[in-house]
Amino acid sequence: LPYPKYLQEEGWPPLMYLKESKRAVNSIRSLVEEEDEEDDVEKVSWSGEPVGIYLLDCRWSVHDDVILLWQDYVSDWTPEETVKRMQQGKVYSLEKFRSLQDKLLLLDEAVNAHDGNVITAVLIYLKKSLSKEILFRELITREIALRHYIHYLKEIGEQKLLLMQYRDHLNVRDENKRRDFLKNCLSFPFSPDDATHVQDHYTLLERQIIIEANDKQVESSGQADIFKKYPRKASILNMPIITTLYYSCFYHYGESDGTFSSPANIRKTFRISDKQFLLTCLGARAKLKAWFDVDALFTTKNWLGYTKKRSPIGFHRIVDILQKNNAPVQVLQDYVNLVEDVEQKISLAQKYKCHDVIINTYRDLKDRQQLIVYRGKVEKGSSEYRKIEEILSNSVRRSFP
Amino acid sequence: MSAHLSNGRVNLNILREAARKELREFLDKCAGSKAIVWDEYLTGPFGLIAQYSLLKEHEVEKMFTLKGGRLPAADVKNIIFFVRPRLELMDIIAENVISEDKMHSPRDFHILFVPRRSMLCEQRLKEQGVLGSFINIDEYILDLIPYDGDLLSMESEGAFRECYLESDQTSLYHTAKGLMTLQALYGTIPQIFGKGECARHVANMMLRMKREFAGSQTQILPVFDSLLLLDRNIDLLTPLATQLTYEGLIDEVYGITNGYAKLPPEKFAAQKKQGEVGKDLPTEPKKMQLNSAEELYAEIRDKNFNAIGAALSKKAKIISAAFEERHNAKTVGEIKQFVSQLPHMQAARSSLANHTSIAELIKDITSEKNSLYSFSFHVQLTTLHSSSLPSVLISSEAFFDNLTVEQEFMTGVDTDKVNTYIEDSIAQKDPLIKILRLVCMQSVCNNGLKQKILDYYKREILQTYGYEHMLTLNNLEKTGLLKPQTSTRNNYPTIRKTLKLWMEDANEQNPNDISYVYSGYAPLSIRLTQVLARPGWRSIEEVLKMLPGPHFEERQQLPAGLHKKRQQGENRTTLVFFLGGVTYAEVAALRFLSQMEDGGTEYIIATTKLINGTSWIKSLMDRPEAP
Repeated sequence: LPYPKYLQEEGWPPLMYLKESKRAVNSIRSLVEEEDEEDDVEKVSWSGEPVGIYLLDCRWSVHDDVILLWQDYVSDWTPEETVKRMQQGKVYSLEKFRSLQDKLLLLDEAVNAHDGNVITAVLIYLKKSLSKEILFRELITREIALRHYIHYLKEIGEQKLLLMQYRDHLNVRDENKRRDFLKNCLSFPFSPDDATHVQDHYTLLERQIIIEANDKQVESSGQADIFKKYPRKASILNMPIITTLYYSCFYHYGESDGTFSSPANIRKTFRISDKQFLLTCLGARAKLKAWFDVDALFTTKNWLGYTKKRSPIGFHRIVDILQKNNAPVQVLQDYVNLVEDVEQKISLAQKYKCHDVIINTYRDLKDRQQLIVYRGKVEKGSSEYRKIEEILSNSVRRSFP
Repeated sequence: MSAHLSNGRVNLNILREAARKELREFLDKCAGSKAIVWDEYLTGPFGLIAQYSLLKEHEVEKMFTLKGGRLPAADVKNIIFFVRPRLELMDIIAENVISEDKMHSPRDFHILFVPRRSMLCEQRLKEQGVLGSFINIDEYILDLIPYDGDLLSMESEGAFRECYLESDQTSLYHTAKGLMTLQALYGTIPQIFGKGECARHVANMMLRMKREFAGSQTQILPVFDSLLLLDRNIDLLTPLATQLTYEGLIDEVYGITNGYAKLPPEKFAAQKKQGEVGKDLPTEPKKMQLNSAEELYAEIRDKNFNAIGAALSKKAKIISAAFEERHNAKTVGEIKQFVSQLPHMQAARSSLANHTSIAELIKDITSEKNSLYSFSFHVQLTTLHSSSLPSVLISSEAFFDNLTVEQEFMTGVDTDKVNTYIEDSIAQKDPLIKILRLVCMQSVCNNGLKQKILDYYKREILQTYGYEHMLTLNNLEKTGLLKPQTSTRNNYPTIRKTLKLWMEDANEQNPNDISYVYSGYAPLSIRLTQVLARPGWRSIEEVLKMLPGPHFEERQQLPAGLHKKRQQGENRTTLVFFLGGVTYAEVAALRFLSQMEDGGTEYIIATTKLINGTSWIKSLMDRPEAP
């Protein structure tokens, strides 16, 4: 059953986001006049003729006496009795609920029974016997029935109606088709919040396609060293934004921010926070052992031209990340030195064997005792050892207590 | 295989027997030899009801897993499909039936829908043109499955999602049906208490069903004194917290499915074949059934993990002492006596070895290491148990840090700020479920997050894990697990203080309060249960009003002569039903209350599904396995 076009386009997504549902349904109502040809569901006015016998599948009662069955069938069951019979698997007929009021009573009764099976059966009947306009109007005020109806439509494959159409993009394998699909989603009446995310998602995939095509070509042509040295392991398509940024910092560092693939452009386009940007960039540059780039990430100049190292993240974490990427001690100790908390600094320095940092810190603290202890830990005759010796002997003449 | 079901206060074996009887009757309806084609999902729950031997006694000769294409050859008269009522399964069945070679071997087809038949499904079979091929179409109402001596589960994974996200309350109907069956077997439950929207629905349906069956009153002396129905959404906090009981931790780390856990095999390898050194390590996970049929497990499962070491070593001493007895056996009679106990002792020894191994595995993961500043990397254990849930908490530092943050949230520390641990975890790309668990917990403990903070978390998550997770975040918002703060007033502290949800110095070794199950946090749901028993809910009206949904009390008339006369000092029996899932730690807390000397109430526990934070959040995710 192809679903009416107006629901594919305009009706989206009235049913899941209930706060928006009313607005959406109104839009359906206004559009219902310009009915489309695809709607092949028989339309019957609620006050009009009965829809003929809606054949009931009552095989589970074949053992019953046929006469009894007929009596059951023609008896004038109330909505409550009918629902009860449906639950018990007995014969029932929905056709005698002809007026809208009766149908709604039946629906409400079914909802009260909390039996999804029965609710769905009643909905199928209403779908057949009511115009969509009326059915939707009534469903809007009956949240539970509405959800069942959506579920039913989903189950029988009227996917197009599905409010969560966005979700369907997961089924589209081809990246170009997927991009186009997302582009279509942009026109849906999302909440402002979600709209931003969908827009970002679309932009991201659009750019990934461009970057992927370009890099694939560059890599296979063998023009760029970076791809020769570090061949790409996987395509960047459909990766999250942070992964894309990492990729960009890895392969496209230093590009001018006019290119789609440059880190600066990605950062700006997707409003990436300073912390996330720094962490991702640091990870990528450290992986390449580009220590100069790492240094530049933290260096700021004031108006007098003095440089200072700053970071939106504690330097102890920077040290951890660098160490994880096998940074040499010379690099590590620069950052260990920047850790403000002394205890934390010493503990990190000990962990990563930054002797100079430890020795200097104890020297500055004038902690002779700790220096003597530490001398016992380093190799005799090594440069560290000599350094400690020197400090200890100097200090005797100076101010050590 | 089922003796452990009859050891409790209420003999749940009766329920299991009733379920088996119905199964036998159905099997006998399809006369002659048969093959069962299984919807794989059902094999777990059915395993709790009937072993293969029962099926075999009723001429089941072959079993297959349901899949497309042609059915495997089997020289049987009947093919029976055991399936859930799902449309996609109907299509597979239709494919099976259509590709059957009719000339060669005419076989009869039957379908058994579990737990109910569905018009939609039959309609689908009709559309596919195969409905007429089935001789029997039946339903097998597997509502409440006895899980252990004091525990019933519907094993319905989707119940919470259906009720609170999709507003599909069919599972509540099944619940009410299940409770009616229970009352048919164990007598009318005179008092019904409840809290929450779903609880109210279930109670209403029960009362209505009772009116409808008014003629067929059961003449059984009531076994249960009261029923307490609790909505999961009145206590969203508890499942988010990491369970710290032994059983709870096994579930958190490895996942327990239908009573079985799949464990990494390495630690279990050595004890079997000591002679064969250098043999390849087993690669298949070790599958272990966990229930009170195992004496040792029944003893230790509800203890706090910190008390497990002591318990195991005490047990080890007892067992080796028993083995040492052989030296004292001098006479033929004494030796005979010793030998007769040998099988039991050996079973105890192997049980001890198994649990020591499991405890070691868990200890490796949970014990704190002295690397406070080190980054921890999550090693995905998924390869070890590929089919079960991926573990969220893997490395020990992560476990400890994670726990610290949880406890900060539960005690109300800095719940209104962006949490750096969560931020760091996102930056490290820790498993998404772990992040969601923590963010939801912060939201719940702060009665919603400030819009700015919520937006920040959402953006970080979407940027790091992919925009498609927008759907999942939406779902979490719809169920109230994640929400923007609407009023400035945060009532969580009031609830915490009134119900004493946080206990300093929880005693993990010799607990005196239920808070030991989370090392300090007393599960809200269980506090409500405890207060109801004594002094009653009237004392906490204010708090009850802060939790969602109505609270109520109903009475059911008993037929004359069935009023129970309680003996002096006899405990009351209460059935607590968790709609939307319960954790093992909550179960442990209720067992603790049952065992309290002056408690006065014993509890039987029922639920739609045993859950933990990970499986719960996962059930709310949209396409967690999306490409």
